[in-house]
Amino acid sequence: MQARLLLSDGTHYEGLSFGKEGTAIGEVVFHTAMCGYQEILTDPSYHYQLVTMTYPQIGNYGVNPKDFESRKIFAAGFIVREVSPIVSHWQANRSLDDYLKFHAVVGIHDIDTRALTRHLRTHGAQMGMITTSRSPLPALLETLHGGKTLVGRDIVKEVSTEQTYAWPLGPEPEPMAKKRHRVAVYDFGVKFSILRSLYKSGCELEVFPAQTPSETILAWNPDGIFLSNGPGDPEPVDYAVASVRALLGKKPIFGICLGHQILGLALGGRTTKLKFGHHGANHPVKHLPTGAIEITSQNHGFIVDIDSLPKDEVEITHINLNDHTLEGMRHRRLSAFSVQYHPESAPGPHDSQYLFDHFIKEMDEFNA
Amino acid sequence: MPKRKDIKRILVIGSGPIVIGQACEFDYSGTQACKALREEGFIIILVNSNPATIMTDPEFSDRTYIEPLTPEAVARIIEKERPDALLPTLGGQTSLNLAVALATNGVLEEYGVELIGANLQTIQLAEDRELFRNAMREINLAVPDGGIVKTVEAAIRLSEQIGFPLIIRPSYTLGGIGGSVVYNREEFPAAARWGLSASPVHEILIEKSVLGWKEYELEIMRDKADNFVIVCSIENFDPMGIHTGDSITVAPAQTLTDVEYQNMRDAAKKIVARIGVETGGANIQFALNRETGEMVVIEMNPRVSRSSALASKATGFPIAKIAAKLAVGYLLDEIPNDITRKTPACFEPAIDYVVVKIPRWDFDKFPGNDQRLTSQMKSVGEAMGIGRTFKEALNKTLRSLENGWSGFHARDNAAISRMTRPALMDDLRSGTADRILKIWHALTIGVTPQEICAITGIDIWFLENLRQLVEFETVITREFAERHTLRAETLRRAKRMGFSDTHLGILTGKSEREIRSIRKSAGVLPSYKIVDTCAAEFESFTPYFYSTYDAENESTPSSGRSKVVILGGGPNRIGQGIEFDYCCVHGIMALRKLGIEAIMINCNPETVSTDYDVADKLYFEPLTYEDVLNVIELEKPDGVIIQFGGQTPLKLALPLEKAGVAIWGSSPDSIDLAEDRDRFGALLDALDVAHPQYATASSVQEALEVAGKIGFPLMVRPSYVLGGRAMEIVYDMASLENYMHRAVKASDEHPVLLDRFLEDAYEFDVDAISDGEHTEICGLMQHIEEAGVHSGDSMAVLPPYLLSREQRADIVETTRAVASHLKVKGLINIQFAILYDTLYILEVNPRASRTVPFVSKATGIPVAKLAVQVMAGKKLEDLGARFAAPTDYVAVKESVMPFDRFDKADIFLRPEMRSTGEVMGIAPTFGSAVMKAFQATGVDIPKTGKVFLSVNDNDKARIVPIAENLHKLGYELVATHGTAANIAGRGIPVKPVLKVSEGRPNVVDDIKNGTISLIINTPLGYRARQDEYAIGWTAIKYRVPFITTLSAAEAIVRGLRASHRAPQEYCCLQEFYQIRHNV
Repeated sequence: MQARLLLSDGTHYEGLSFGKEGTAIGEVVFHTAMCGYQEILTDPSYHYQLVTMTYPQIGNYGVNPKDFESRKIFAAGFIVREVSPIVSHWQANRSLDDYLKFHAVVGIHDIDTRALTRHLRTHGAQMGMITTSRSPLPALLETLHGGKTLVGRDIVKEVSTEQTYAWPLGPEPEPMAKKRHRVAVYDFGVKFSILRSLYKSGCELEVFPAQTPSETILAWNPDGIFLSNGPGDPEPVDYAVASVRALLGKKPIFGICLGHQILGLALGGRTTKLKFGHHGANHPVKHLPTGAIEITSQNHGFIVDIDSLPKDEVEITHINLNDHTLEGMRHRRLSAFSVQYHPESAPGPHDSQYLFDHFIKEMDEFNA
Repeated sequence: MPKRKDIKRILVIGSGPIVIGQACEFDYSGTQACKALREEGFIIILVNSNPATIMTDPEFSDRTYIEPLTPEAVARIIEKERPDALLPTLGGQTSLNLAVALATNGVLEEYGVELIGANLQTIQLAEDRELFRNAMREINLAVPDGGIVKTVEAAIRLSEQIGFPLIIRPSYTLGGIGGSVVYNREEFPAAARWGLSASPVHEILIEKSVLGWKEYELEIMRDKADNFVIVCSIENFDPMGIHTGDSITVAPAQTLTDVEYQNMRDAAKKIVARIGVETGGANIQFALNRETGEMVVIEMNPRVSRSSALASKATGFPIAKIAAKLAVGYLLDEIPNDITRKTPACFEPAIDYVVVKIPRWDFDKFPGNDQRLTSQMKSVGEAMGIGRTFKEALNKTLRSLENGWSGFHARDNAAISRMTRPALMDDLRSGTADRILKIWHALTIGVTPQEICAITGIDIWFLENLRQLVEFETVITREFAERHTLRAETLRRAKRMGFSDTHLGILTGKSEREIRSIRKSAGVLPSYKIVDTCAAEFESFTPYFYSTYDAENESTPSSGRSKVVILGGGPNRIGQGIEFDYCCVHGIMALRKLGIEAIMINCNPETVSTDYDVADKLYFEPLTYEDVLNVIELEKPDGVIIQFGGQTPLKLALPLEKAGVAIWGSSPDSIDLAEDRDRFGALLDALDVAHPQYATASSVQEALEVAGKIGFPLMVRPSYVLGGRAMEIVYDMASLENYMHRAVKASDEHPVLLDRFLEDAYEFDVDAISDGEHTEICGLMQHIEEAGVHSGDSMAVLPPYLLSREQRADIVETTRAVASHLKVKGLINIQFAILYDTLYILEVNPRASRTVPFVSKATGIPVAKLAVQVMAGKKLEDLGARFAAPTDYVAVKESVMPFDRFDKADIFLRPEMRSTGEVMGIAPTFGSAVMKAFQATGVDIPKTGKVFLSVNDNDKARIVPIAENLHKLGYELVATHGTAANIAGRGIPVKPVLKVSEGRPNVVDDIKNGTISLIINTPLGYRARQDEYAIGWTAIKYRVPFITTLSAAEAIVRGLRASHRAPQEYCCLQEFYQIRHNV
């Protein structure tokens, strides 16, 4: 079945449909990791995004029952060069195509994903549509232009849990350390791998909806508070910014990705949108206090402007070596730190797991 | 941390001659390193015995020593040059082993030389299999069960514990030499013995076989601050059990989940931290159980390797260059990524295409050998292909191999396509050079991918992709049958899967050219994409392209600038290797210097020519008519240079010219004239130059008839060959008839050539250059072996040592006459023979020859660069080059044979070329130069001990002075009865020794007991063969020098006399050339 990918600037690509037939609209972003598509598709941060993989052969190892980052596919659509019709892996229990169909997600393959990537690199990430509809382009474009963009829109609400819940949800490997710390997790779209990493480091976890007021959190009496990753623009998530502001200094805080941006806003910083974002598993980040370099997993379209933070209060701890944007910060007096990238990886290298240990240490020290 | 200020002079050691397992990838890495370090202001002292390398060009280092890579020679060079540091990680196993030797014998300490890149402890930890296994267990990584032993007895005991099948891996060896997979108790002792003898430390690892497990390699970089990146992951198509150098490999890994891949990455990080790769690159090999995901560590190389060259070409990340910079103190984030310019080198390349590498074997040069692929590498070269999918990359690589394959099919291969299912299934179990085509046949007769997976262990994902290719063949044939043409959409889909025009032609009964024109009129044209390390995330500045049939083309041809395309030599093979790449690289350098845009097309990942910063533009493409013409049609160059890349581009000369392409230099017609016996014979007759009588025969009957007219001995061979394939000397009708039946299939299209063989003639090789009017001799070489040994296998001396002034003048004049008649523009190589004062021409090649680099090194004349200037229209007299031969020193070229890889090789030199590489000895006297050349091939002749002599009747007189000299030098002589009687008759003390067939103890026992220092054995004829082979094979296994011609024996005697007289002196090329310029 034919399918088309249409960008809001009018560019379009002809390809073939896979997954569900139909239409999906979202922001088109490219991801440069060469494997890990299952984790990417199920990462809630991709909510409302059409993800293209720059690596051309996708689906080779199918989908397995273990490597999920959430309960479902959050990406709005999937764009690949060639989707594997068969699966080769001892853990796999279905093909990528089946998986997309099961979750009713549209996909398009057989298009020049490199040309698309170059277009996005040059003209910036933009809204797009994957469709199997045969309607004429102008009509489709009109529908696309009618859709909402990501800027200024709170989509965290759409992915955050409705109910508070305790982690783990099911059987998980035994934690490495004895449970010592109660951690309250703000779910802005949290990845399972983050919860796993915290759990493994010895945290007892309670996951709260994004709109939970700070009082409720404190009432649970946590040793530390974790601000999760999540999709979209942090600015309209003002309720979370307010909660974090209220929690600052009261408990150690650790933020990742959107959590980092919300902490940044709470500390008086400003966020801006990158031209095409960072989505990949190969971004070099320098840890300034030691000079060590981590190869990191990244997935964000917005950043905290490195110059917007109050220098006397906030220390820059990590920078991106590709474009020198802010990758990590800490409060100089209060126990609060965050990184823009993903130390839990999934997909990506495990170079930054030390941050979870650091959070444990912060909690130990704070509570000592 | 910026670069170190405390070191100024760095010694870089190359990898020596090209051998199986260690090829021109180390010229690529060494050249990169030398460039990078000189850029940083270091003084580079380079030692490498291989003159055919770019790295030994005097402009790439400050002090260039073309000297034997022995601890003695390097110690003397260290004494003379006083380097502050030694960088051993870029010259393969050779350089690493030398560094270990110099560290353990105290030389480095004595002269205060620091090992950089990898220290002694790191090298030992990684290379000593027992230390390595223990280290892996310490960091909780699994290794296959097994252990290290030093004796056959201990090996047998251990093998009983582990059980079969098992793998034998000798310590400190290269390309898995001496390694094997053993399936049963019976074969085990011999295999263990061989492994022990192959290991320089007499140590083998016996390991439980993980046969059939998936095999992966990670190429890593690490700096001294512990920053770590993976440059590339490689998945082997052929699973464990076949040496990775003999495996089809694919980058990046295709069938790993991110969890598995990151586990492997974590393991790699722990391994390098434990082993201590302080600075630079390393490669680590893993095996993975396809059923359970269980992972074991196989081995690690703490240096750049063949795989890292592949990884560099596959990703655009220059591993060797970065490794060199890390070794002198830089950190990864201090080095920019050349490709993006804005981002640093500390990142992990993201690639958005698939890379396939397929090895190339030359088994037909070693008939009778076991051609199955095992844990010991046997391939002599490789081709790489880049495509957007595995299918496309595989097809491109298959046609890059120049095996006569046009893609994934065996439709034109009767031997395979006739195989029955049972035979096929049996055959597929073992890896063979053409297993991939047998898989095609299996799929076409209905064997399922699952069945193939079960018997081969090849991953089902790869096999499924192959099945799709087979399925699409049916789509094409069906559509063509229905429509008598192919729709644009079908053509496009086929091209996106990598189908070649030739393959489509075979499927539709059309010619390649017809398909091309149908395809072009349907608008199905290739696009070119950039290899940019970052999957298009950042703008890139690399002019490194590959073709595909995706929508967007990224290669914009320059306009308003003159440009020239150089065609490379494709995969290395015996007869066409690094020498031709050397010429291509020089061609590029010369073009760029002339301000002409140089565009390179090649598909060999091991080479310097495919380094993206050598040419102005690099197209990594198969060297086929289709792929080359596609590039030419896009770029519209002013000309194409075909005379540098060996036979590969030559074959394209006429077709390209017919397609309207301007060929630079000598015309394709001249080339054809030189290749065409009759046209060429007529030319020589017109010039009144003697040539051996010749004839062609299209049938056995005709061959016997013409043989009667010409007379014996005869040199016979198939037409149009390089490296003398299937060439033999026959002495009578019976052996001619035998040859015609056995070796060739003569036909009208491919006749057999018969030449009168000039027995006992002296051979000379001339490399000359002509601008169309004037011709100058660049190098005149004399072969040490008589005619009958292929020029590529024989020793050559420059200047000649036996040549009168008149003969020399005759050669020069004849060369000029031939060049002028052929209207040569550029290079010409002529092989002459002198017999009874008559000068004969044996062969003329109006193109770059294998000896161009040797001549360039020996004389200092930049032969290939001058050729380009001439092709660009300059006149020789304006180039200011001096063409005088050296008078103060002698250069000797000796070849290196791969017999140690093939247990049943014919060890006598023949008209068929079988050497893989060459070395050069350069010294003030012939004797010293010969000795250096011998030593550089790895032959170490003890100064005392026994010399074994056995010569045929023709040689009985000439052996006497040789024996006498050896006796005077203090050697004890032993000889077979006939030879002994002959020598003893002249009053020279000699002891007779038994031949193998005469009982025991015999000469083979003596060799095994280590009492023989040197063997001189000239072939005695067919009946003595078994004896001689037994001696030769034992000598090769026990590394005893084995000389098979009397002229080589005479040369070695001169060498021994020189080395007994005085210790060798070591001078760099800069010193030798200085001497010349002062004269």
